[in-house]
Amino acid sequence: MTVTQARVRMSLTALLALIFTVLPLPMWLDVLRPAFLVLTVLYWSINTPRAGGIGFGFVCGLMLDVFQGPVLGEHALVLSLVAYIAVREHQRIRSKPAFQQSLLVFAALIFYEFVLFAIDGWTGHPVTSPLRWLHCLTGAIVWPPAAAILSYSEGRLT
Amino acid sequence: MAAFGTAAGRPLQGRGGSPGFRFTLYGALAVMIMYFDQRAHYLEPVRYALQSAAYPIQLAVNSPPSAWRWIRESLQTRDALRAENERLRARQRDLELLAMRYEALAHENGELRGLRAALPPVADRWLPAEIINIQLSGLRQRLLINRGASNGVFKGQAVLDDRGLIGQTTHVGPWSAEVILITDPEHAVPVRVERTGLRTIAVGGGDGSSLALPYLPANADIRNGDLLLTSGLGGVFPEGYPVARVNEVHRDAVQPLAQVRATALSHISSDTELMLVWFREGHPAAPAAATSNALEVKSGSAAMQPLAAPPRAAAAPHADSAARAPAAPAPRTEAPPARSATPTPRSQPQAPAADSGAPAVTPSDASAPQAEAPAQPADTPAEPPPAVPPRSRPQA
Repeated sequence: MTVTQARVRMSLTALLALIFTVLPLPMWLDVLRPAFLVLTVLYWSINTPRAGGIGFGFVCGLMLDVFQGPVLGEHALVLSLVAYIAVREHQRIRSKPAFQQSLLVFAALIFYEFVLFAIDGWTGHPVTSPLRWLHCLTGAIVWPPAAAILSYSEGRLT
Repeated sequence: MAAFGTAAGRPLQGRGGSPGFRFTLYGALAVMIMYFDQRAHYLEPVRYALQSAAYPIQLAVNSPPSAWRWIRESLQTRDALRAENERLRARQRDLELLAMRYEALAHENGELRGLRAALPPVADRWLPAEIINIQLSGLRQRLLINRGASNGVFKGQAVLDDRGLIGQTTHVGPWSAEVILITDPEHAVPVRVERTGLRTIAVGGGDGSSLALPYLPANADIRNGDLLLTSGLGGVFPEGYPVARVNEVHRDAVQPLAQVRATALSHISSDTELMLVWFREGHPAAPAAATSNALEVKSGSAAMQPLAAPPRAAAAPHADSAARAPAAPAPRTEAPPARSATPTPRSQPQAPAADSGAPAVTPSDASAPQAEAPAQPADTPAEPPPAVPPRSRPQA
């Protein structure tokens, strides 16, 4: 798979993930909704670190900022940070079985939410509800099927 | 620990540097964007462009619900439409009756206050907007509407529905705008109690329908069922629009402040349509310079400054004094108590107070000081004046 092909695929899946992220849901379901875009960035950073990784995370974060960010650049920073860690450790993560990958993704999501929480506080837009941490758990649960779907979209070339 | 350019980063080299280098680059860029957006507000054009780029996605997400609504509406039976028509006709008749009376009252009020003619309504024009059915950040109280700068919407514009205040616009794109609701914890709206004229600030409760009044002292005259109206201070909302109804007053002997909660009157969860309102410039009840208030607070325009030599305690910086030069501002500190007894909140007592002075209270206002009396000692601590203009605006 060439880099260009990979980039097209990455953008398409990211767009789909963004749509799933902003789909209107009732409140109780919304706090359970996994951060699909973060999972997508994680997946592509681990599996095709060459094609995008950090820049991809930055662009996705900027799109997320337009929809959800109180400050422009907040999600961009955090997602490029998460993508950076995933790209650096991609060989170690890729070789793990699905369950252990889920645990690592859980840790990554907690880290993501924590940095977001910190920036929210520093910029004066805090959301202190404990419900904000809930999506990390569902994200980790959703990871194996999500990774399977994304790898299906990637074809058998990886 | 991987230093830049060590083996950890090397396998990916050849495409824009090592991961560490690229992360440094993008991280610095993101931090710069955050700084300029938060502190300097330079990035409004960038946000504008990004909002327009996001608009197709918003439309795509919104299309299934709106298509469903369209199908349901077009399949309504003739009977249902007739019934609705009937109901609307009756409602319109009632409203016309009320409006007739309103004209008379407004006229009478103007005459009592010594104005030649009644003031025109403060709302100059309004525009219905539809809520785009889309999830912004879940735990914040925001929504997106389908009107933007191309319709003349500006940042910090008041948004209402048919029952009361909803919020104000925070980010405006070309075809859509983000609205922060009055129930968002970051939002605070200056209000007054309709019954007593007591002024305070209502902060969003964060759960979609409730507001908190955290700055009322324990002896404040407030009780269940009190109606809260916008007080016209703060420079965003005009005076006299209904906001919320008090539904919980908790006084603790140990606490210096009463714990008061109120329920918002607007029905955000069931609304599909709301109103953007433009206010008449220079109207006494209009918010002062609603377009550029963010700058005014910072740079300190003369109209927004506290009075130089207040005759009484600390005089509140009157936000609604843009039209009138602050030439004779002293009597205006007396104006708010008199305001509470006006039958229609539209015509403010500011104009007569400015030329006739406060002691010349018209007979219709005679009951005002009595009603105000128990609340008067509570007035000064209840309303920290410098806090009003900045808190009334989300820090975006």
